[in-house]
Amino acid sequence: MTTGPLLEVDGVTLQYATQQHLTTATYRVGFQVLRSDRFVILGPSGCGKSTILKAVGGFVTPVEGRILLRGRPIDGPGPDRAFVFQEFDQLLPWKTVRENVTFALTSSGTLAGKEAVDRAMHYIGKVNLTPFADRYPHTLSGGMKQRVAIARGMAMEPDILLMDEPFAALDALTRSRMQEDLLELWEETRFTVLFVTHSIDEAVRIGNRILLLSAHPGRVKAEINSSGTDSDGRGGSISDRIHALLFGDEAEGDPSDG
Amino acid sequence: MAETAGAPERPELFYEITDTVGEVAPRPVGGWRRYWDSATARKITLLAVLAVVWEGYGRWLDDALLFPTFSAAVGALASSIASGELPGAAAFTIQLLLKGYAAGLVLAAILTSVASVTRIGADFLETVASMFNPLPSIAMLPLALIWFGIGENAIIFVLIHAVLWAVALNAHAGCRSVSPTLRMVGLNYGLSPFGYIRRILLPGAFPSILTGLKVGWAFAWRTLIAAELVFGTTGGSGGLGWFIYNHRNQLNTANVFAGLLTVILFGLLVENLIFKSIENRTVRRWGMQA
Repeated sequence: MTTGPLLEVDGVTLQYATQQHLTTATYRVGFQVLRSDRFVILGPSGCGKSTILKAVGGFVTPVEGRILLRGRPIDGPGPDRAFVFQEFDQLLPWKTVRENVTFALTSSGTLAGKEAVDRAMHYIGKVNLTPFADRYPHTLSGGMKQRVAIARGMAMEPDILLMDEPFAALDALTRSRMQEDLLELWEETRFTVLFVTHSIDEAVRIGNRILLLSAHPGRVKAEINSSGTDSDGRGGSISDRIHALLFGDEAEGDPSDG
Repeated sequence: MAETAGAPERPELFYEITDTVGEVAPRPVGGWRRYWDSATARKITLLAVLAVVWEGYGRWLDDALLFPTFSAAVGALASSIASGELPGAAAFTIQLLLKGYAAGLVLAAILTSVASVTRIGADFLETVASMFNPLPSIAMLPLALIWFGIGENAIIFVLIHAVLWAVALNAHAGCRSVSPTLRMVGLNYGLSPFGYIRRILLPGAFPSILTGLKVGWAFAWRTLIAAELVFGTTGGSGGLGWFIYNHRNQLNTANVFAGLLTVILFGLLVENLIFKSIENRTVRRWGMQA
């Protein structure tokens, strides 16, 4: 096993073209994700955090810098980086829960036949959806759909799980429950996850390491540790520190997150 | 009442939820009410009322040439079926329809594939389809007769025109409406371009494709009956349109009604049996259409 970082993002600048002009989403962003990290990218809207995740996913190519996974540059999307999106429509509506998870395994060539189904059912069980395995996505609640997407991502047993604000479209109670469950899953399997969010509370709760980005374009402001509870162990609050770092002097009266 | 007092303070309440929720018995519904709650029953009742009105008007008018009674039309339908004349005409029409429909679908599939792969193909489809789509297919018949002469080929040409644009346009729109998230999901799990088309694009676009198939079928059916009316028989045998036209010439109005009823029945049958059951098994089950 290599001792270096699992994922290395090095001086990455990302741009995307709109109709009028070229927008720079991030400017020379760099960070390293270690094995079993719960690495959170946090920033206001417009800081390019989702674009970074898409670049790691291989959907966007950096105009500058490089992204290395296990020391190898990323070249297009691949099943070694399973993506969990924010949108509920990431599940194939014409497939049941079981088929949705199995589909990922078979179409990527990871497993076939009974083995694929068995592994799919194992991970569906992990997200507590076994009784719903034969249901179609449209009969599930939003939280359940996201659980299926997480099960699908985890079933790939990828090098890294990429989560793009997966709980943002959920109601507050469900979101809180999902965060808890995600941490429980992590305790069991210690997977590596790169998690994007705009919620400070969520970042503090989910992450063990938090990357703070500024907006327009996204640049790294800080990279801090989190213990999972909102306390830095020195009597201060992590979210207050994040607040100060992100908004500086203008923190007064600035809404914390959207 | 004091203005600033607000609601009085109450003690907080806590309950222990222990008892399981029992079966809630449905409210009993009377037989008549249950009958009337079924859409099929209501529609059958309406049809029966219409038949009675038709029968009454026919008897009151008492002119079999102008407006035969419902029972006379049904009788003509039964005897035409028994004599084999109507089934023969219907079979002729349907085999022609299937040929034209199938040819139209193949062309639509080719056109849509090209349109979803290349930009110029998409431009071509959008331009040509928007040009030809508003043109009633039956208007192409004179041209078809010049090109192909009197015969099956002219009719098939017109049918292709009826099916092609509706299906291709809908399928194309369906492919474009497949969400970018699903596209990324397909890429994420390493689907090949062909695998992506087969496993994501086609099922994702299926609601629109099905709409196209239905619209195309309806266009083809109307066009075919009209074409047969205009041009009668093709070498010996004729279809339903010819059946209707022929009996009008013989002033056999009850049989004209029998022909029209057959056209209606086939339309209903295909719409309600074939397309409905496809819909129930696919887009409805998947929740992609209410």
